[in-house]
Amino acid sequence: MKEYILIFRHEDGHKVASPEQIQIWMKQTMDWIGGIAAQNKFVGGKGLPFDECRVVHHNNLITNGPFGEIKETIGGYVIIKAETIDEAAEMAKGCPVLQGAGNTVEVRKIS
Amino acid sequence: MHQSELLPHLFRTEYSRITAVLCKTFGLENIEIAEDIASETFLAALEAWTYKGLPENPIAWLHAVAKNKTRNFLIRNQTFKSKVLPNLRATIPAHINYEPDLSDSNINDSVLQMIFAICHPSIPAGSQIGLALRVLCGFGIDEIASALITNKETVNKRLYRAKELLRREQVKLEIPDKVVIGKRLENVLLTLYLLFNEGYYSETHDSIIREDLCAEAMRLVYLLTSNPITDLPQVNALLALMCFHASRLEARKSKGGELILYGEQDSSLWNQELIGRGAYYLNKASVGTDISKYHLEASIAWWHTIPSDTGNKWQNILNLYHLLIQINYSPIADLNRIYAYSKVQGNRPAIIEAEKLKLTNNQYYYVLLGELYTGYNNENASANYLKALNLAKTIADKNCIREKISKLDGLIKF
Repeated sequence: MKEYILIFRHEDGHKVASPEQIQIWMKQTMDWIGGIAAQNKFVGGKGLPFDECRVVHHNNLITNGPFGEIKETIGGYVIIKAETIDEAAEMAKGCPVLQGAGNTVEVRKIS
Repeated sequence: MHQSELLPHLFRTEYSRITAVLCKTFGLENIEIAEDIASETFLAALEAWTYKGLPENPIAWLHAVAKNKTRNFLIRNQTFKSKVLPNLRATIPAHINYEPDLSDSNINDSVLQMIFAICHPSIPAGSQIGLALRVLCGFGIDEIASALITNKETVNKRLYRAKELLRREQVKLEIPDKVVIGKRLENVLLTLYLLFNEGYYSETHDSIIREDLCAEAMRLVYLLTSNPITDLPQVNALLALMCFHASRLEARKSKGGELILYGEQDSSLWNQELIGRGAYYLNKASVGTDISKYHLEASIAWWHTIPSDTGNKWQNILNLYHLLIQINYSPIADLNRIYAYSKVQGNRPAIIEAEKLKLTNNQYYYVLLGELYTGYNNENASANYLKALNLAKTIADKNCIREKISKLDGLIKF
């Protein structure tokens, strides 16, 4: 079993969603993670809040987050266990983030 | 973590409560700031709860995060104001409170005051419903557009205009004093009744949104009954009316989403618990000397919860409609009165009564005539249904009328 990180990228992290919608996303994500955990293939995960974030540039410049300069933002990640990259990608397909057009889940092996 | 462990509609309910309390902190003119902080609070929950599971007390968690975000916002704003803005007009009043009070009693008071602010008579009815859905019920723009069968641009325009009016009219967050509360409450009840009807008669095919609209309207009226100042007879009467109507929500839609008329509903699907609650509130409403239109409509709705057609039932409904059209005339109430009249006196006298009304631009007028002529003069019935079909606007109404016509065709042929 190898470990893979699934990185969620949102095209527009600033889109205003209704509280109900947010709650539905949360339920869906919990169910998705629950399904992975049930196979004992869930390692861990974290959300990445936008509250405290900085981008440090090469000339010691520190800016207030990546927004405005890039189109997509990273909303969070989970680490899972899988035999192959294909199995990991198959698991990523169920991620609710992918319901949003333009959103992606990047699957990378952890060495 | 499983779905069933999440509290249903928690975010939606808390959205309106947090927004209302923060509006007290920032002033109603800064309602957008309050909405932003409330939204960010739920995003924070999305990021944290998804991976760590639900906190022990989700509501307390949300309130703590909302408090922190408010404090951070105010400190940031204070710096901005003292260092950057000295020459510009400040948007935040000076007397700010760094710690919003999220105690139960302040939450309930704030939401109640918010209901009165949104139902301020200066805001047009269409905008009021949109604003109520947004601020009091936590609906998203898409959900509002779907519920009101319109597009996002229209919703945004209406909300913008409503918020402008709140600012221009300098609407305050307060419960009107006893002298003027009657008039203001009238508008509040009307708006909440419209909100309920939007759900009850909505054409949207999303049955979840339809039922949510009804449930939200009932929740807000319930809130009014839980405060001694607004726990008035007409408020209880409206809540009773909503309970009786809502008891038929399930029975009046077929599996394909078609409307099933009262006479054809499976009465075993009527929700007896809601009927019981309605009776409780109607009983609670029966104090004092004033009879509002909600009292009469609730009483009429109560008689409709009795499935069997006894002569007594329709005689009572007829009497109530007589009273209703005296204090609040509407053509629809009059048409309903004639339907009840036909049940008591028979179709022929009812046709004479109905034809006096000459509501020739009203589809329900022709539907009623079609109904009354059926079995007595089927060709006349058919002709009236065709006129109704020409006037009908919604697909559900048209299908309903077509079905009546095809049944009649069967009768004429055989």
